[in-house]
Order: sequence, then C-alpha cells, then structure tokens
Amino acid sequence: MKNVPGTSGLIMNEPLLWEKGKKGRKGMSIPAADVPQVEMVSTLKGAGPDFPDLSEVDIVRHYTRLSQWNFGVDTGMYPLGSCTMKYNPKTNEKQAATPAIGAAHPMLDDEYVQGTLKIMYDLQQYLQAITGMPAATLQPSAGAQGELTGMLIFDAYHRSKGSKRTKILIPDTAHGTNPASAALCGYKPVPVASNADGVLDVESVAALMDEETAGIMVTNPNTLGLFESNIRAVAEIVHAKGGLVYGDGANMNAIMGIVDISKCGVDVMHLNLHKTFSTPHGGGGPGAGPVCVVEKLKKFLPVPHVLKEGETYRLDWNNPDSIGRVHGYHGNYGVLVRAYSYILSMGAANLKKASQLAVLNANYIKEKLRKALHLPYDQPCMHECVFSDAKQHELKVSTLDIAKRLIDYGYHPPTIYFPLVVPGAIMIEPTETECKEDIDQFIETILLILEEAKTNPELLHSAPVRTKLKRLDETLAARKPCLCG
Amino acid sequence: MKELSELILPADIRYTDDHEWARQVGDTIRIGVSDYAQDQLGDIVFVEFPEVGDTFEKGEEFGSLESVKAVSELYLPIGGEIVAINEALEDSPELINEDPYANWIVEIKPAGDDEYDALLNAQDYLDTLKG
Amino acid sequence: MRYLPHTQEEIAEMLAEVGKESLNDLFSTIPDDCRMEGDIDLPPSMTEWELDAHMAQIGASMRVTPQHKVLVGAGSYHHYIPEMIRALASRSEFLTAYTPYQPEMAQGTLQGIYEYQTLTARLLGMDVANASIYDGGAALAEALLMGLRINKKCKKVAVSKGIHPHHRQVVRTYLQATDFEIVELPLGEDGRTDLASLAEYSDLAAVALQSPNFLGVIEDLQAAGEKIHETGALFVTSFTEPLAFGLLKNPGECGADIVCGEGQSMGLARSFGGPGLGMFACKDKFTRNMPGRLVGETVDKDGKRGFVLTLATREQHIRREKATSNICSNQGICAMMAGMFMATLGGTGLRELAQLNHSKAEYLKSELRKAGAEIVFDSPTFNEFLVRFPSDFKPVYKQLFDNGIVAGIEVGRYYPQYKGCYLFCATETVGKGDIDAVVQEVRR
Repeated sequence: MKNVPGTSGLIMNEPLLWEKGKKGRKGMSIPAADVPQVEMVSTLKGAGPDFPDLSEVDIVRHYTRLSQWNFGVDTGMYPLGSCTMKYNPKTNEKQAATPAIGAAHPMLDDEYVQGTLKIMYDLQQYLQAITGMPAATLQPSAGAQGELTGMLIFDAYHRSKGSKRTKILIPDTAHGTNPASAALCGYKPVPVASNADGVLDVESVAALMDEETAGIMVTNPNTLGLFESNIRAVAEIVHAKGGLVYGDGANMNAIMGIVDISKCGVDVMHLNLHKTFSTPHGGGGPGAGPVCVVEKLKKFLPVPHVLKEGETYRLDWNNPDSIGRVHGYHGNYGVLVRAYSYILSMGAANLKKASQLAVLNANYIKEKLRKALHLPYDQPCMHECVFSDAKQHELKVSTLDIAKRLIDYGYHPPTIYFPLVVPGAIMIEPTETECKEDIDQFIETILLILEEAKTNPELLHSAPVRTKLKRLDETLAARKPCLCG
Repeated sequence: MKELSELILPADIRYTDDHEWARQVGDTIRIGVSDYAQDQLGDIVFVEFPEVGDTFEKGEEFGSLESVKAVSELYLPIGGEIVAINEALEDSPELINEDPYANWIVEIKPAGDDEYDALLNAQDYLDTLKG
Repeated sequence: MRYLPHTQEEIAEMLAEVGKESLNDLFSTIPDDCRMEGDIDLPPSMTEWELDAHMAQIGASMRVTPQHKVLVGAGSYHHYIPEMIRALASRSEFLTAYTPYQPEMAQGTLQGIYEYQTLTARLLGMDVANASIYDGGAALAEALLMGLRINKKCKKVAVSKGIHPHHRQVVRTYLQATDFEIVELPLGEDGRTDLASLAEYSDLAAVALQSPNFLGVIEDLQAAGEKIHETGALFVTSFTEPLAFGLLKNPGECGADIVCGEGQSMGLARSFGGPGLGMFACKDKFTRNMPGRLVGETVDKDGKRGFVLTLATREQHIRREKATSNICSNQGICAMMAGMFMATLGGTGLRELAQLNHSKAEYLKSELRKAGAEIVFDSPTFNEFLVRFPSDFKPVYKQLFDNGIVAGIEVGRYYPQYKGCYLFCATETVGKGDIDAVVQEVRR
C-alpha cells in the first residue's frame, strides 16, 4: 500500500516522470499532416530520445502534486534576506501574457513591433527616474549579468582612457556574485573590511584605492541592512584615482523615492526586477538585471538600444563604443513587462511608501527580537536586519536548527549564514507586503522556537517533521552525485 | 566542533600555519591535513588532486578539499614534485575525516633538503591555533 | 494601494515600538546630500482596469498580431504550447518560490528541475545537464569559458559563422575583457562550417558549431567532431531548435563534449525574445567544471528519496572569484516549463512533431523552388532554410505581411554575401494553405 497517494496524509506521493506512463501515450494534440511526409537523410537521422509517454492527465496530476510540496510567497511569509520576497501581483502575469506581446518575434523590423519597443523605452525612462541616472539598458538577464555588464563597462571606460586596470575593491559584506562577475573581466577582487559599525570607512578605501584599481563595487544598503553613509566620500576617493563606482542595487527596495543614486557618486548600477519590482522568482528565475549609468558611460551600454524619435520607437544598433550584446535578443522581456506593470500600478508615491514600510517592518522585527537573539550591529537598519545564533551556542542550538524549526511552523526561513562577516547569521527581510499581524505572528513564532531551544532542543535538531521529507542528506548528494535519472 | 584540547596532533610529524602536515617517509614526504582542518571543514565530499609529475613551490596551492558548503585550498608545505596521490580518497574522501593522519593526500619528492625541519612541531602548531 | 497592507494606526503603533516619530525618521542614517529631491518622475498610478486598457492599447499598436503566421525562426520558434503548461507553470507554489535553498520546502521545484535535467540530458545524448543558463547566447559563452578552464593552457576558441550571429556577439562581449582570442570559422558553399582552417591552429581550447545552424543547415557533426578532437580541442555544439533532436542524431552520439543552446522552442512563448532558456549539458568527467546549479538525488533522515541542490562548491556564493560562473538567478520556471513540454510530447510525440516540422519545411522548400526561387544550399535542413529570389522580394514581403503572413527575414545584416536572401521557417503551426498563399504571391 505504501505507494498509494494519500498514505502520507494529503501530501500525495508521486514518482518521477519516467516511472509512469505507457509507450504510445501523448499529452499533446499534434495536427495531422496536410503535406507529404519527407524523410530525413538517413545518415543524419537518429532514434529520438528515450522520453516517457504520458497523457495530459498524467502530467497535470504529476506537476500539481509536485507543486504541493513547494512553498511560495503566495503560501506564506518568506523573509529571505537579500532576496526581497514581496508579493508578486497577479495582474503582472496577465499583462506579460498580452497575446500581441507573447507572440512577438524578436527579429522583425522595428515598424512591426512598436508596442513592445514602447514598453522597453518607457521602462528605461522609469528606471532612470527611480535611480536618478540618465541612461539604462534592459538587456541583462539577472543581477549577476547586470554586474558583468557593469564590469565590462568599467573595463571599456578604462581602455578608452588608455589603461587596463587589474584590481577591484569589494567590501567583505558583498554577495558572492560581485567577485565572480569582476573576475570574468580579469579584475582581482581586493576585499575591504567594513568597520565596527558595519559600514565602509573612508580611510580603509583610501588606503587600498590606487591607479591599478578599476573602482569599487558597493551594495547599498549593504548586506547587513545598513546604509553606506560614507558613500559620497568613498566615491570621491575612487574618482580622484580615476576609478568608477559600481552600485549593486539588490537592496533598492529600501530606498525608492528616498535616495538619488546619481547623487551618491555611483557611476553604474544594476537593479533586480525580480526583487524590488515584484516579478516572481520562479523557483530560481528568470530575473532581470537592468543597468543604469551616468552620462559619460552611456556610449558603452549594450546594443541594440531603444530610442524614441517623435512618436516612433527605433532600435539603435550603431554604437561603436558599446560593449556589445549580453543577451541573444532584448533580455528577459516577459520579466520587463511585469516590472513595467508594477511601476504603473504603484506610481511614485506608492513606490516610496513601499520602501518606507519595508524599512518599518524590518526595524520593528529588529526591536522585537533584539533581546532574544544576538544583534551584532546595533544600528538603525534599512529593509533587513541581521541577527546571529551567538546566544544559543550554549544550548548547542544553531542557526540551521532555528531555520529548520521555522519550517514546521509554516514559515520559509530567513537567509542563513550570510553575510559572512556575521558567524551564524540570520538575515531577515520581511518586505512591505507583510501586514502587522503576520509580522507579529512571525516574531511570536521565533520567540517560541527560542524557548523550545531551552526546554527541548531536540525539537529543533530534528526539525522539520511536518514536511513531506525530513532533513536531507546533502553530504551524500555531493559525495556520490546522481544528477540524472 | 572540537575544542583545542580534543585535537589529535601526533608528535612525529610537522605542521604548517595552513593546517597541512608533512611526514618524512624515506626519500619522499607525505602531505595531509591536520585534525583541526578536517574538523573545521566538516564532512569532506571531494578532494581535488594535482597530477603526478606536477611541481610546486613551497606554499603554492596544489589542490583543494570540498565539504558541502565550503572549499579549502591546499598549500604545499615543502616545494617539490608530486610523485603519488592517494587514490583511495577519490572514491572515499570521508577517510580524511575518519583519520586525517593515516590518510595522506599527496606524496612529494622535495626539491631541497632543509625545508622539512623548518616546519612547525606539534606544540608550535598548537600554539598557533591558540593564537 | 492594494499591495501595501499597513493602516495608519498600525504604522503609528509600529513607529512607537521602534522609537521613531515618522516614517521619514527611519532613514536618519542617510545623509542629506544623497537624498532624492521631490517625487520620482513617473506617470500617475493606474487602477487594474486602467492598466488593462493601457496594455490592450499597446497590444493594438503592434503591426504583427497574434493572428499573423510567422514563417520566421532564426532562434525564436512558434510551436503550439498546450494550455496545461501555462496552467501548471502559473501554480504559484512554483512561480513565487525562491531558489530551493531549503530543500524540505522545495521538493516540487527540486524534483521538477531534476526531471528537466534528466530529459535534457536524454534529448542531447549527454551525461549531465544543469538547471539552466539565461539563454542560448550566455550558454554558448559559458560553454567556451568552460572549455578554456578545462584546457587551461590554450587561450583561443573557435566559433563557426553558422552560429546565431547574436550568440556570437554575446561570446565576444563575455570574452572581451580577457586575453582569450576568438577565431571565426567560415561557412562553405554548402552552408556547412568549413573546417579546413582548423589545421592552422594548435592551441584551441574549444571549437563550437551550431546544428541546425543559423541558416538552417544541419552540420555533419560526427565528421566535424573527429576533426576537432584531432586538434586537441573540446567539441562544443550549440542549437536554437532542440526539437530537431526528435529526428536527428543527438550531439552526444556525434561526439560532443559540451552541448548548449536556446530552449525557447520547448514550450516557451516567443515573447519578444525572452525569457528563453539556456540549456547546458556535458560529459560526466567535466561536471565539476560546469557553470550553474545542479540538482541531485539523495535521501532524507528516514531514507526516503529526495532532491537537493548539490556540487554548490563550484558556484559564486561559495567559491566567489574562483567560481565556474557568476550566475545566480537562472531561468528556473522556464526550465520547469521545458520539462513539462518534453513530458507532454513524450518520445512518441516528439518524433511525430519533429517529423511534421521537417515535412512542412520541405513542402515550402519544394513549392518555392517550383515558383522560381533558389534554395541557396543543397545540404539537408530541418525546419529552416535560406532562399534567394530572382528579383527584389521586399514588395512581396510587404504584401504578404498585409495578408497576415510574415515571410522570413532578410539576412544581409549578418551575412553580407547573402544580402537579399531570406531565411524561412515552417513549423507545425503553419498550414498547407499558408504555404500555398506564400508561393502564390511569389509567383505573382
């Protein structure tokens, strides 16, 4: 009886695709041939892949059951720090699926696709207005590709000045994508330590910045959830040595309508549309990582770039200084449409309000949990707050245990063990779309778990127990990789 | 994780600040990682080896150990040529966790004569761990 | 605003709790000289209904409509997408989840991606496929960088001019700040890559060919692979129309070491070119050099089968500047959809659909030839091919467009030697009647 669905409660069992089906079934209605069959040249012909044959019902049940083992923002609170898991509006999905947009082929002449070009042009304008930067490209497919685009622009800029620089400054609080993106441009990352307050010191940047260094990559607010208040002074030092300042906009959700990025001395910045601008993460992607730049770097942006001439939109391919393409077409277009839909739905006042409420929620959690959890940097935070498990060490309870126990109570855990400057970090980003009673309930749950840690730590060590599967053996998966069934 | 007092640090081998050990075996020297290193890294899932015949300077990176969520580079305590790798670790990297001293990683033919004696003894190594 | 749940009272209570007077006070750590003056310059906010109307207007401004029969591939293909794929992919448990870092809460995504990896590996005849790269262009760039990592001593890669020109541009972009060199291999008169010049190079890390290539021609991958391996280089194959492997020998059978390509064809809308799907696979022995995420099988505490992200030490969040790639977000839900699409077709359906595409394109080809057009290459093609017309085709193109048919694309921008030639594609979505209408207009 053990494979009968339902024996695991109402979480159904479901095998792998190829463990079900019958040869000869089909899940798709393929039209009958209305032209003569022409055989493929025999020397090129293959046998076709060994795929399972399934009916439509087989497939619908399969994926419906799989979906029930998953947890999304629509299921519950998802306070994953640095990821901005805000609500993903339904209307955005509808707009991205507008038939004329969904069916638009990306290689037709501009005159046939004015509507899709208009959305690109307008979205560029909106992102420029939100950041205060004068130019933008929508091509990068995700934040990391935005960073790469930015680093290539750094490289092109320095080459245009007749130099090839070899190093880049990256604070110790940075996301791993920053050094990895810089390395693709041949830059050696030079770590800059943040100070006791968790932000960059002007002196430590001054000590490291030289004329071999292309510039600095700063995430602002940083991954400790703190605004880099010395950003202007840091930028001046970098600029004085001929360097550029990259702004990682992963945390833009804290400062919309509040900070003018161009005034901070930032030269290039990417935005994560799948964070700040409400597009869904899709269990890993797709995202979109548009890049905004200052005027002097505009000429290095990827081609083609959309322009408006009178009432006509046009793709400009002719830009000899451009770094070139980073995407086969125009970026993750459907994601761009969702962000466009979000910005139009929100307007200026609500975007600012979103940032204010995101910051309010994070500060509220910080105040309510500061007695129970260690707060390594006791500063007013932006949209996220970072605790650690230091107070739980003596109970032999770790950040991982707390995170896994949260699952049993129906919450997605916060980001854990990041940023690296905080051992045992617990990084909570509630976002603005969580209401006060849900935030209160989350706080109560954490406090309850921390009580359990004192009275019955085994509950934490063995968590989760209410999920379909218990803790998974990641060591086995890595020692004997089985990546293909 | 182990307390410093729980670490096993055999007295008949030499150590480095980077947590490798070296043991003279006839003309060659076997290299591994200390109990402290394996304990910090946790369950080791993969050993990245150099090729036999590669030569490295003292202190040069010659491979790495991976756990599920960390990578630790390996640095050669003594310059020389790799004459053997411990193939048993290819399929069973966990042997290092089980006994980091019996399960050496590479064997080298040292380029010079005097480097071995310059390495840390067990007591000096323990002192560096105490900071 | 319906996404912002806080009432005035709640805001006041929460502010009191954090010891602030107003929402503005929360931002006291931001220096005055960094602040935005005034409001963001954006249009007034729209209601849901106003937004619907606005988007409908934009839709109506498109001269190419969903009703147009688009006989264009060139890396973005029109195939029927079963409604269940949209319905299943929009289940918000999949759509609104993050990367599955907490496997106990994400078994749906993890099993779905494991199935995608497996079906992709089977389709391409490879041992391992990853959880996706952004698109075909980025996948090719990553494949060549991987080749350069494996063949460390070589600093050069070669790419065929038969590869999608945009993908070659992405490769140039990715490699421009490095000291690696890119060599382009020309196309021969038969539309296949001319490998004669390979002998000139002894230091190639990897050589990449696309098949079917941009001009539709099926490369002789087997023969090419042998020649490429003789130089010591890795053999990389790319594709933009994975449906072809329902009928053709897969790249693995032809000796490919790394296979990459654009997977839009597998159940994704054209959507003005994105989001697509970078499919990426390789031989077992190169797994640890792969970019991107991998899902692997394991067991839970009770010994039950489950799935986790694995071999993560290759990735940026652990290995930082030494990672195999900087990729973090990938094309998650698109990979899930491609998995659904492959499952929907099954082995039997994929074969049938691939055969139908080939037959439609061959019919169009033979009818155009009868109407006096020249098929530029004699070499075998799958569902795309290049056509040269005896006279200027632009007026015919415009007339056909007005009649609801997009008759190919002109390729002179990319291949000056074929200026005035049009690349046509016929999939299962094109009826015999559409094809006959094109041919009739050509004859006129």
